[in-house]
Amino acid sequence: MQQAMPVISIHNVTKTYQMGRVLVKALQGVNLTVDRGEMLAVMGPSGSGKSTMMNIIGCLDVPTGGRYLLEGEDVREMNDNELAGIRQGKIGFVFQTYNLLARASALANVEMPLMYGNGRNRRARALEALDRVGLAHRAKHMPTELSGGEQQRVGIARALVKEPSILLADEPTGNLDTRSSDEIMSVIQGLNRNDGLTIVLVTHETDIAQHTNRIVSFRDGLVVDDAPVAQPLLAGQHA
Amino acid sequence: MTPLTTLLTALDALNSNKLRSGLTLLGIIIGVTAVIALTAIGNGAQETITARIQSLGTNLLFVRPGASTSAFGFAGAAGSAATLTLEDSEALMDPVLASHVVDVAPETSTRSQVVFERENTNTTVIGVTPSYLPVRAYELADGRTISDADIAKRSQVAVIASETAEELFGLRNPVGHTIKIGGRPFEVVGLLEEKGGTGFGNQDDRILVPVSTAYYRLGAQRTAGGEITVQTISVQIANEDVSDAATEQISSILRLRHRITDEDDFSVTSQLDTIETLEETTQTFVIFLGAIASIALLVGGIGIMNIMLVSVTERTREIGIRKAMGAKRRDILSQFLVEAILLSLTGGIIGVGLGYGFTYFFDDVELGGQALNMVFSGDIALIATGVSGAIGLFFGIYPAMQAARLHPIEALRHE
Repeated sequence: MQQAMPVISIHNVTKTYQMGRVLVKALQGVNLTVDRGEMLAVMGPSGSGKSTMMNIIGCLDVPTGGRYLLEGEDVREMNDNELAGIRQGKIGFVFQTYNLLARASALANVEMPLMYGNGRNRRARALEALDRVGLAHRAKHMPTELSGGEQQRVGIARALVKEPSILLADEPTGNLDTRSSDEIMSVIQGLNRNDGLTIVLVTHETDIAQHTNRIVSFRDGLVVDDAPVAQPLLAGQHA
Repeated sequence: MTPLTTLLTALDALNSNKLRSGLTLLGIIIGVTAVIALTAIGNGAQETITARIQSLGTNLLFVRPGASTSAFGFAGAAGSAATLTLEDSEALMDPVLASHVVDVAPETSTRSQVVFERENTNTTVIGVTPSYLPVRAYELADGRTISDADIAKRSQVAVIASETAEELFGLRNPVGHTIKIGGRPFEVVGLLEEKGGTGFGNQDDRILVPVSTAYYRLGAQRTAGGEITVQTISVQIANEDVSDAATEQISSILRLRHRITDEDDFSVTSQLDTIETLEETTQTFVIFLGAIASIALLVGGIGIMNIMLVSVTERTREIGIRKAMGAKRRDILSQFLVEAILLSLTGGIIGVGLGYGFTYFFDDVELGGQALNMVFSGDIALIATGVSGAIGLFFGIYPAMQAARLHPIEALRHE
């Protein structure tokens, strides 16, 4: 039964912005279904609508038209508070610029999302999440004392800590060198392959996209290509 | 988000920018300290004045003549008419009609130049009867008091109060020396014990002479009938509980004597009336001081709002991150609001502490020849703390709402 219901089910979703006097049609009728345990890459040039799509999937924004069901729940009619609740419970964000709180330790950063839910054992759960990305030993370090790769791993731990339904990673390796990139992709792949976490990854780097099982390409607010990856690359093999 | 988590998060945020938090705190601290200290000064002044009047005795009533009316019908100041006489005061000693009256002390006073050798001073010369000392609670330091014989003979004798004595005689004992009052020689027969208190109604700066001598020799007002007029009759009553009954008795005796049918030509006031009036006046003064100090508190509040607005702008990205992680509007709102309240409340509490310290250390400190009397008021301290918390709420709500309203996507893009 569980397999039957997709995690993400998007039907003919449109999004229109008012930019001054101009009406921008960022999404013009997108259809997308993501099943549980999938790992896909969203690609496309800037302005293609992929960021808008990510914001809608992440419940930071609601579609203007169409239908978006997240685990069967219709998101479109939700108000700010309900959306925040969905983000708290089901979505794990990983950002290109890490977006860690500079004044808080790695552990405190990972703990933070739990403060907004009914979090018990926050410290223990945060430590466990840090352990999953292999950073338990740096829990007390401040973000500035960590390398880029380490900071991004803290970011991933922060997304993982609340056991989300989907991990949304927006250019997670965009600010990293090749070696750290590979490290991060290895962590992300591990989460998908070993823990069965559903992952949506936005990238414009083809070789990063090749680490996933499916590539969805956007252009001008539409999905122009949606194809499985024949031979996904495995991160952490060479190094 | 639990209240405790909110509190800890707010503390953390304030702690991360100590200098800024400290300076913002300072605004509130200064405001609250000013409120506490100034109201303490005001309350102290009130207490001093009340105590001084009470030292005259609360079981005293004062009978004064009413206002004089000129031929053209203009009313003069109260007490300006010459309607009370020495006989009036003797009539008040009636054990039946005035059962509550213990003693009476009529007096007539004038200001006069007093000379001893090469020293001279201008002081109040009061014509009195022997009962003046017990009624007004004076003690003799040396010599004797004015006697009935002095009054009968209109003797030129004087009893001198301590400060006047010091002025004229320095460290010498004035008893036995002769001074000149208004050019006439008076023998000093007694010296009064110091009563204490300075400034307003100084009780240690005066010279007492027989009431008859004051009337006939020192040129006070005279009546057509040749009776000695007096300006004030101090009436000592058994205790302050019978104040109203005694006032009634005195009034009926005087009405009878003055054949009054309509409006009284005298007035009877008690010390309590005087204290009440003065307390009302000084209360206004205290409120006035408090209001001035509140302006400082208000400025402190604006400081909080200012810093919170800056903080919201600076932390836009943080707000975006928190929102993306699932923070609801009210989570963000309460976080910033708690920060503002924490700032103002901490400032308030420190201010109360400082104000208390100020009150403690400056109480009884000599300032311009007067001992500063400061009275710390617990009520004011509570109110000041409460108000400072409310200021945090009031000035924090707008910045906090700004923060809560931010859209997560825009907040995340903010550099």
